[in-house]
Amino acid sequence: MATELAAPGSGSTGPGPAQPATLTTAQAAQARIDQRSFVTRWLLTTPALITIGIFGVLPLVIIVIYSFLKAAPYGGVVWSPSVDAYVSFLFQQDIFSDALTFSPDFLEIYLRSLVFAVGTTAICLLLGFPTAYFMATRPPKQRNWWVLLITIPFWSNLLVRTLAIMFIIRDEGLLNNLLIGLGVIKQPITLLYTNFAIVLGLFYSFLPFMVLPLYASLEKLDFRLVEAGYDLYASRPKVLFRIIIPLARPGIIAGCLLVFIPALGAYVTPLILGGGLHLMIGDLIAQQFGSGRNWPLGAAQALILMSAVLVALFLYVRVSTGKVKHGQR
Amino acid sequence: MKKQLLGMAALTAIALLAGPALADGELHIYNWGDYTNPKLIDKFSKQYNIKVTLDDYDSNETMLSKVRAGNTGYDIVVPSDYTVKIMVEEGLLEKTEPDQMSNFKNVDPKFVGVYWDDGRHYSVPWQFGLTTYAVDTAKYKGPMDSIGLLFNPPDELKGKINMLDDMNSVIHAAERFVGVPRCSADKGDLKKVNDALQAAKPFWKTFSYDTITKMTSGDVVVTETWNGAAYRMREKIPTVKFAMTKEVMEGWMDNVAVLKGAKNVENAKLFQNFIMDPENAALISDFARYDNGIMGSHKYLPPEFGNAPEINPPAGTSSEFVPPCPPDVIEVYNKIWTNLKK
Amino acid sequence: MRIEGAGKLSRAAKAIDLRSQFGFRTTALVCLFVLYFPILILIVFSFNASDIVAIFSGVSTRWYAHAFINEEFHSAAINTMIIAVTATIGSTIFATLAAVATTRVAPWRGQTAVYMIINLPLMVPEIITAVATLSFFALLGQELGLNFGIGNIVLAHLVFCIPFAYMPIRARLESMDLTLETAAADLYATPVKAFWHVTMPLLMPGISSGAALAFIVSFDDFTITQLVAGPGQTTLPLYIWAMIRRPMTPEINAISTILLSISVLFILVSFGIAQKRK
Repeated sequence: MATELAAPGSGSTGPGPAQPATLTTAQAAQARIDQRSFVTRWLLTTPALITIGIFGVLPLVIIVIYSFLKAAPYGGVVWSPSVDAYVSFLFQQDIFSDALTFSPDFLEIYLRSLVFAVGTTAICLLLGFPTAYFMATRPPKQRNWWVLLITIPFWSNLLVRTLAIMFIIRDEGLLNNLLIGLGVIKQPITLLYTNFAIVLGLFYSFLPFMVLPLYASLEKLDFRLVEAGYDLYASRPKVLFRIIIPLARPGIIAGCLLVFIPALGAYVTPLILGGGLHLMIGDLIAQQFGSGRNWPLGAAQALILMSAVLVALFLYVRVSTGKVKHGQR
Repeated sequence: MKKQLLGMAALTAIALLAGPALADGELHIYNWGDYTNPKLIDKFSKQYNIKVTLDDYDSNETMLSKVRAGNTGYDIVVPSDYTVKIMVEEGLLEKTEPDQMSNFKNVDPKFVGVYWDDGRHYSVPWQFGLTTYAVDTAKYKGPMDSIGLLFNPPDELKGKINMLDDMNSVIHAAERFVGVPRCSADKGDLKKVNDALQAAKPFWKTFSYDTITKMTSGDVVVTETWNGAAYRMREKIPTVKFAMTKEVMEGWMDNVAVLKGAKNVENAKLFQNFIMDPENAALISDFARYDNGIMGSHKYLPPEFGNAPEINPPAGTSSEFVPPCPPDVIEVYNKIWTNLKK
Repeated sequence: MRIEGAGKLSRAAKAIDLRSQFGFRTTALVCLFVLYFPILILIVFSFNASDIVAIFSGVSTRWYAHAFINEEFHSAAINTMIIAVTATIGSTIFATLAAVATTRVAPWRGQTAVYMIINLPLMVPEIITAVATLSFFALLGQELGLNFGIGNIVLAHLVFCIPFAYMPIRARLESMDLTLETAAADLYATPVKAFWHVTMPLLMPGISSGAALAFIVSFDDFTITQLVAGPGQTTLPLYIWAMIRRPMTPEINAISTILLSISVLFILVSFGIAQKRK
């Protein structure tokens, strides 16, 4: 994802060492920076790579192996190869005849999680962007306090927090009692155990993951550019959409990734707030490792999910790198 | 000088890490959350001078996954009946022969010849209970003697029922409602179960293990739950009643077992023997409000416990322990469950 | 909304005006309100005299008394803090290094692969990471006899905290321009010096955002920790979650509030010290 900022003065975009002696001072400096770089870069990424490589990737290899094994009768795996897990993702023996038929059950569940994840990301972005912008435009001394303010609610335990949310939105909860007491409504509005509750819970859990990267990116916003926009008699919305948002793009992307991807696999909050009526991906997979007693299927379901996300991410990286190379931004 | 300091620091560190030098050893217990009376642990700890650690799990499956992976460091686990059977078959438990321990005579005979540990060679009863449902009789005054209330409720209860988020409990309940045997592999039976569940789902508000909060918060009027939980509900809302159904009821028992290859096997055996003593068994029951399987423990408990309706099924009702279903049936159960919750 | 005669306005007036956007302040405050309201409820309920979580009846501090003598809570809280602080510090450092190496630099071979690997933990559903890590550590324990005790949990947390720390730092880095560092290089500062004195301070908002996210993610983790934790390594989420089948008392509110207060205090103190240094 080599999105290079076209900073004034730096001209080098190619890998490799310096060019002949006709370099400007700035280019020479950049070349110096780049030169020791290759080895340095690998060195710098090593701690992260090793940690994730050993304790993240290797365990995953175990899961990949599990997905190609047979399920043991009471959970666990039997070391004999089989693609049953992958086949059963799409094709199941009909419960009551014995024919192998296409079963869209799992796909429905995946689709539901996808819709929730997209919705959550959209809402987090819509509400998170103004919040991050607000934080980034506070006087510099205040800014750290605002970061603190945004994160403090998450230093409480998730379950207790969720119970508090339930207390507020349940049929006989605070919100309904308030509205009825004020005479705004006569009957309680059902909020808990609905899709609304799930989205609310997801929004709540993931808001900081959108706000903080956006803040980090917006905080560095060069307001001279904004000023220039106003000087040219641009309207406020124009300034927002033509100047501010494009400059905040790295933050927007980071925020969206940090919300969308984990939200796909989220299951605890939706389970509690949604009432457990509909399976989401996380719950479905957890079920296979629990009373479902089908570890290979759980592994396969997870790998299918991850592959889909990886492919999408990879395509995105390729496309955005391509755009940069061809001079589009 | 520096070397001496370093040496002293190292020794201190080792001493601190090794734990109190006075203990006669350690015991690492892995039990359900909020299920162990601290007084029980204290008493055991003082009596045998053993340092006890207690960690919690929230389901048999979690515990089983960890134990299967191996190397957990725990000595004692508390599996439910069907989990004991699985663990014995997979060779995960130490054969500690509780039937030869000194306190074994206190175990209620009807809990000795059980399907998961016939003759009690591996495990000792911890607590046992029933799973049917509880009703807030202040909000519903109709009959509650049948499991059918969950599947075919009267209009006033529609949309006010919570079911356990447990595949086995829900499906077995459906089997009892429809009148087919547990773990039946017959396709016709399974279809009836599937249809009953699909028909009942619109009447259910939620699936959750958090039954006590669901009832006490007023979210539901009826909830599939365990008798001890109903007891706790009744302590807060006196009108809660636990249903003793005319169909056979689901029984379960949690048992104390020792993991194979545990480091502190002897201490673990001491613990198994310890809880077969009626006075200690009473401490167990006093905490979670479930009955234990040890005779003579009721005299150490407050009388309202012994007389509680939740632990005294009326004559004419019966309960069964349900063994784990064979894998091919579980496969169908899985499909039924996914179908139900998709 | 056109700003007529913008050139005639004083600099100060312009500066205040140009930064604000319509409705942004309101949205931000509404979001904060939505975030804090449940926390308020949580704290209020910790003073609940009744012993059911769902119904409030009178004020009492007895749950705090319970929590103070509750040894399981103490050890769970200590474990949680040790793990969260270590994982946060570690992952932030690693993520910073990795971000510097992979952002705003000339494309180098393997860069995409590195990016993918760093973000891999994000994509894995938690239960899978949990089972995978459990199996992996069990294997390590059996074949190589390696068991790092609570370090196992820290390592597992490090893995998923790194991407959460990495992303904001990278976003920050991408928003910065190179001029300052180029200037430093012009002045013949070594890369390390340039990094420490020029890049780092500018990166600070990104680093603190990343650290904040890493802390949140580690502090509340349940699924992965549950399967990886060994004897005596129960963390707070595990402890509270395991109670879900039992009656939950307001003690969990008291516990949460206590831990919340300690965390806030800790940060305020660190901030205070940092301010003083300035």
